[in-house]
Amino acid sequence: MGFSYFPHTDEDIREMLKKIGAGSLDDLYSDVPEEFIFKGEFDLPEPMSEMEVRRKFSGMAGRNRSLTVFCGCGAYDHYSPAVIQYLISRSEFQTAYTPYQAEVSQGTLRYIFEYQSMITMLTGLDCSNASMYDGATAAAEAMMMALACTKKKSRVLLSSTLLPQVLEVVGTYARYHGIDIGHVQMSDGVTSLEDLQRQLAADDVAGVLVPSLNRYGIIENLEGFADAVHAHKGLLMTYSDPSALAVIRTPGEWGADIACGDCQSLGMPLSAGGPYAGYLACRQDYVRKMPGRIVGETVDRDGRRSYVLTLQAREQHIRREKATSNICSNQSLMALYATIYLSLLGRDGLRQVNALSYGGAHYLYDRLLSTGLFSPVFDKPFLKEFVLDTVIPAERLQQHLCDNGFFAALATDDGHVSFCVTEKRTREEIDSLVDCISNMA
Amino acid sequence: MKNYDKLIFELSVEGRTGFSLPDNRWEHRLPEIPEVLCRRSESGLPQVSEPDVVRHYTNLSSMNFGVDTGFYPLGSCTMKYNPKINEETASLPGFTSVHPLQPEETMQGTLQVCHELEKALCAVTGMAAFTLCPFAGAHGELTGLMIMRQYHMSRNDMKRTKVIVPDSAHGTNPASAAVCGLRVVQVRSTPDGTIDVEDLKPLLDDTVAGIMMTNPNTLGLFETEISRIADLVHGCGGLLYYDGANMNPLLGKVRPGDMGFDIMHLNLHKTFSTPHGGGGPGSGPVGVSAALWDYLPYPKVTADGDGKYHLMSGSHTAGRVSGFMGNFSVMVKALTYIMMLGNKNIRMAGPLAALNANYVKESLKDCYRLPIDRVCKHEFVFDGLADTSSGITALEIAKRLLDYGFHAPTIYFPLLFHQAIMIEPTETESKDTLDAFIEAMRNIAREAVSEPDILHDAPHGTPVRRSDETLAATRPVLRYRQVE
Amino acid sequence: MAKVNEGLYYSETHEWVRMVDGYALVGITDYAQHALGNIVYVDMPDVDDEVSADEEFGAVESVKAASDLISPVTGTVTETNEALENTPGLLNTDPYGAWIVKVRLAEDGLPGNLMDAAAYADFCANL
Repeated sequence: MGFSYFPHTDEDIREMLKKIGAGSLDDLYSDVPEEFIFKGEFDLPEPMSEMEVRRKFSGMAGRNRSLTVFCGCGAYDHYSPAVIQYLISRSEFQTAYTPYQAEVSQGTLRYIFEYQSMITMLTGLDCSNASMYDGATAAAEAMMMALACTKKKSRVLLSSTLLPQVLEVVGTYARYHGIDIGHVQMSDGVTSLEDLQRQLAADDVAGVLVPSLNRYGIIENLEGFADAVHAHKGLLMTYSDPSALAVIRTPGEWGADIACGDCQSLGMPLSAGGPYAGYLACRQDYVRKMPGRIVGETVDRDGRRSYVLTLQAREQHIRREKATSNICSNQSLMALYATIYLSLLGRDGLRQVNALSYGGAHYLYDRLLSTGLFSPVFDKPFLKEFVLDTVIPAERLQQHLCDNGFFAALATDDGHVSFCVTEKRTREEIDSLVDCISNMA
Repeated sequence: MKNYDKLIFELSVEGRTGFSLPDNRWEHRLPEIPEVLCRRSESGLPQVSEPDVVRHYTNLSSMNFGVDTGFYPLGSCTMKYNPKINEETASLPGFTSVHPLQPEETMQGTLQVCHELEKALCAVTGMAAFTLCPFAGAHGELTGLMIMRQYHMSRNDMKRTKVIVPDSAHGTNPASAAVCGLRVVQVRSTPDGTIDVEDLKPLLDDTVAGIMMTNPNTLGLFETEISRIADLVHGCGGLLYYDGANMNPLLGKVRPGDMGFDIMHLNLHKTFSTPHGGGGPGSGPVGVSAALWDYLPYPKVTADGDGKYHLMSGSHTAGRVSGFMGNFSVMVKALTYIMMLGNKNIRMAGPLAALNANYVKESLKDCYRLPIDRVCKHEFVFDGLADTSSGITALEIAKRLLDYGFHAPTIYFPLLFHQAIMIEPTETESKDTLDAFIEAMRNIAREAVSEPDILHDAPHGTPVRRSDETLAATRPVLRYRQVE
Repeated sequence: MAKVNEGLYYSETHEWVRMVDGYALVGITDYAQHALGNIVYVDMPDVDDEVSADEEFGAVESVKAASDLISPVTGTVTETNEALENTPGLLNTDPYGAWIVKVRLAEDGLPGNLMDAAAYADFCANL
């Protein structure tokens, strides 16, 4: 019996082999040394029917515990409107390749142009690329871009208040690329401008990456940062949650040159860490050093508006080892996800998402403090995420919450516990989380 | 809605709404945030209704060509059919609702998928272990090279900073090497397109970190000297990196691990049928030999004896290369595909891909110039038309194919030929489709002589026609601006 | 056949040098602009940057290619051709008129191994 993905009949194979002048399919591998032809059994199961596959995967999905999420730390449980999954499932979007043939790729090219436009609107910067793999790798690319934009500098400073996974990924890239990384100290939950100024003095810093919403959920005040960095001819880069940029001061308004972050907060499913999409935006002056694909508007030969991949001379397929980056693909379909999300939510919806998250997070914060089991760590404004100290051993606390259906109170590596509330969390859910904790004591 | 030509911003009308969110009944309100921390300008995001959004993006989708639309013989990209059951398993809520930082014991199903996929990839490649963290092929290359460097560095062999790359390689190879801090040295191809072993020998010394190879190479030709190359490179202390971009014809037939490769990456979006998504998300797992297990990036999924899965890190790990654990839902799709194929059908995937490529090659080589006439694997390269008198270029041939309802092949790559036309049919195309494509290519060869203008001006029937790329790059317009 | 102008010095990487009032104007040759196709961007150094013979000092980009600019001379950039910022296509239409940088030469800043017009024409004919 045939297999549903292979259309060949025995007769087809016979005729095609005849055209080729081969006696068998094995003949097509006659140039492969005999010892490399695999003759054993693959350690794989027998072929499954669709029904069996469905059963197997439903079983595995069922082994995951369904938890009510009260944690962020770089992945946020925001609501995803029904329209998005429906639209991105269209196979004209899903099964297309990179839009190299502009004439038959206007769908992809236009949504990327819209995506780029929306990222510039959120960040307040001039240009965006077509998206990166995720926020952490976008930060690594931003670091390499800063180096390419500033001549003869080899050092990049990272704020200690960045998410740990961002620090780690950037650190990995830096170690192999040969970039000297320095860390700017934290002072009362935020990046220390004083320490930054001290480290800038040597004039060897190409760029400085600071978060606008940091690992503690605090909204950082970046007043004076751009001036300090620019005075030493470096670039200011921010790591910013794009959802929050509807309400908090934008990278452009802080005077940043490059902004990066993760579009996951724009309603993308948590999905154990991916696919998400990183974003990267910059001021006009630096666009020719920006890695990744970029879509531009032009006209076709009939004078109609059309869109093409542009500024390609920056990219690896032309510059090879001289390219700023090796990045080839983007996360196109996830960029479409973000674009549709932002189209639906629009100006007012994204504000509302933040208002609901803010209200819920502050309600939870107050309620946790009122139990007497928690104490504040920092006295700084936060948006939807915060850390507290607790008298309950963190591991026991998290375990107890998991057993009761909550993912909350994630222990941070510096000894606090982290909470996050999005618009998806109801007052009832928050109350039962707090009750669950109170019952422990 | 033919000739639809709007951007979402042009549909925006003050007062329209595309969302439905609960009312704000919280006591704490945004204005509590100190003003210095607040956004000052309007975002300018559109205000559109839900039906507007649905119709807009549906119209955009109709301007696209995908594998589900028609034949997509794009060389080097393996545009095979993307099974729909993959989408269904990947969107199971039990998978999509998992937070990446959840405790291991609450995400055993997710970790099981990772572990089973890793085992399956080991089975078909002959490698000992895989990391699933890399997001794409180029990211896999970079990760693999980091592992290579980490291996040398942890042995205190600091001078190994040279990586050898064939002149026919994908551009990502030298670019990944440079990002990884390695120096790129090119090795030449012989006239028949494989690595020139004599040119390789003098490059081999104690500064070589390794060699990056694609096998079959970018011309679709098997590197028959692979054993000698492996011995030579290993002999000087270097490692062999296998670029899995061209793994498809070997699927079920030949395993890179058996050929002596130490590190490799796979593109799940090529060989393992996950959709390309207009440029991503993909997934680029990296496999290593047993000796390199400890250098894999973290987090790494492991299984203990009693069916429990854990996340851990090797003691010499190359580090973290992704925010969390990679493009998980792409992994679900790839594992679904492998389970559908099973140990039996997977043996047919590579050979049928090779059959389709050789069939198209043999059916067209009288009217297109075939620079290297030998058995190919998953793809092959023509160097323009056999009859060059018309002066018709690869670009014009590619654009004309769009009028015939086919996607264009890859053109002007590899760089070894001036009019390269690189064709990869994949195993999921029927003989009927291939025959129709062959007919179209033969027609185009005839048109080149009889009506060259139809090629100069092609395509004619697409949503837009050839675009002014010089204008786009000279005066870049990279975002929407409202007309003042 | 690419055009070659008398009175200029030429490098093997297809840059030309014209000496004017003791300063060196540097551009790319007709051969180079033909090979690149429509030029869309010129990446130029800043004024006061030092350039060295045989070293990279910028790049020219066309739609589908990019090429580093290799300095034929050693010295200090005193001026860059601002017209190229908005009209990089001048390098295609007027390769010997559209200079890219003006350089104040260092001592021995003009290497002796640069070609004259006849030698460069021969060089191109043999490529």
